[in-house]
Amino acid sequence: MLKDITLGQFFPGNSLLHRTDPRFKILILLAFLVGVIAAKSVYSFALILTVTVLLTALSRLSPKTVLKNLKPLIFILIFTGILNVFLYKGDNILVDWHFIHIYREGLIYAAFMMLRLACLVTGSFVVLTYTTSPLDISDALESLLKPLKLIRLPVHEFAMMMTIALRFIPTLVEETDKIMSAQKARGADMESGGLRKRIAALVPILVPLFVSSFRRADELAEAMECRCYHGGEGRTKMKQMKSRFADWAFFAVMLIICVSVFFINRFGVRI
Amino acid sequence: MSCIELKNVTVVYGAGTPFEKRALDGVSISFGEDRVVGLIGHTGSGKSTLAMLLNGLNKPTEGTVLLDGEDIWARPKEISKIRFRVGLAFQYPEYQLFEDSVYKDIAFGPKNMGLSGAALDEAVIAAADFCGLSGDILSKSPFELSGGQKRRAAIAGVIAMNPDVLVLDEPAAGLDPAGREEIIGGLLQYRKERRNTMIIISHSMEDIARYSDYIAVLDHGKIHMQGTPAEIFADAEKLFTASLDLPQVTKLFVELKKRALVEGTDVYTVKEGVRRISSLIKQKTGEADA
Repeated sequence: MLKDITLGQFFPGNSLLHRTDPRFKILILLAFLVGVIAAKSVYSFALILTVTVLLTALSRLSPKTVLKNLKPLIFILIFTGILNVFLYKGDNILVDWHFIHIYREGLIYAAFMMLRLACLVTGSFVVLTYTTSPLDISDALESLLKPLKLIRLPVHEFAMMMTIALRFIPTLVEETDKIMSAQKARGADMESGGLRKRIAALVPILVPLFVSSFRRADELAEAMECRCYHGGEGRTKMKQMKSRFADWAFFAVMLIICVSVFFINRFGVRI
Repeated sequence: MSCIELKNVTVVYGAGTPFEKRALDGVSISFGEDRVVGLIGHTGSGKSTLAMLLNGLNKPTEGTVLLDGEDIWARPKEISKIRFRVGLAFQYPEYQLFEDSVYKDIAFGPKNMGLSGAALDEAVIAAADFCGLSGDILSKSPFELSGGQKRRAAIAGVIAMNPDVLVLDEPAAGLDPAGREEIIGGLLQYRKERRNTMIIISHSMEDIARYSDYIAVLDHGKIHMQGTPAEIFADAEKLFTASLDLPQVTKLFVELKKRALVEGTDVYTVKEGVRRISSLIKQKTGEADA
């Protein structure tokens, strides 16, 4: 069932990561991502792996949940791996058969790329999407992007659009689920047939889905106008975000890790 | 004439996640052709989950669903055949309309069954007839219809498959009184002619009391009570514990009984209530005259 998809889903909790100010979480994540991408030696990569595991532990989510959510990525991971195995050129050749050349360096590099991708995704999920409610994320983005207002970018409207989009993802998933069930109950067959038949089978789902989305959008716009929504001008927030010492400390630690990755990159075997 | 039966069925959603939910918990119940069964329960009691079990849209985590004594999941690949035999009209079925004419939309189900030509036409016209849709409405776009007409068109889409068992989830919810009457009237007429098994799910006590011969009350995924309307409404206290209430007219008779004006409170429909009260008035005025 569609309901079982948890990619990018928020799991409520009360861990250190849950309690960290979402604005800082975005900054922490940025520092972490820079670190992951910059890591080029065995040692610095070991550091990144440790940090990823530590972050996962900090989120207090069960490792099973985190791993389960990596599942949809397996295809991309394997694809990256295979590409790198065949395309990377090194010195120690292992297989040399017609047009296929596999080097030892290629194998190492492929493994490294797969791990790096896994770290990237796990880190982003654990720091942000699993432990921060979508509302908090867009609030934080709005607050972080505020300086852009100076160059007349509609930051508030952008954040509001994002909030609404995020808010309606579960609703749309649920709606799709319902419509699919209803059409299946009338014998719609969505699991067999060729490409053409399968595309045709989507019509009974997409038409009602679009109709209800437009209806919902209309209703939402009306409800917002009824409550005098008029954009971001002079709008205050019920929940003010306040940074605490812990947030600064957490961010500082992540910055130090990020900087040390660049430093450690000079030692050990480079990948 | 079919009988559908749940045996010790448990359904768990999202097993192993923080959102794990036991929607049904060891439910055993049987629905036969001899009666219209009303399924009632508070929001989240598992009514809709149960409905989706009956035609194989949901698979029981534990237990079995039997249609005429056969496990419907015995051959999972042929589950669509079960869906033609057990018709399910969802809550707010009008949101599933998609074709460019009402006729085509009603024909979607029977077409999927493999009907064509005269047989298809016959099925569509008969179903539309039960639901009070005629002539020019059939050629209109379903999106041009009124709310009540849309609902009837959607229900006709399920009836057109001529299922052995018809399950209706809140068929009359959110409609005006006239719309309710039209839908329910059509369904009762349908039941009268086809004599098939019918299950109506609702949280409106009035509707359930009017149309069912047998009532099952669900609460927190368990069968809380089951029996004839008289049996169910006699035990008002137990009904209250499932956050449900007596039909309004029954409540009136409970109050009248408190004031020693009537003897029995076994009145579940407005029609019966009117009959009793008018005979009571006649009796009283007769006494006064004498």
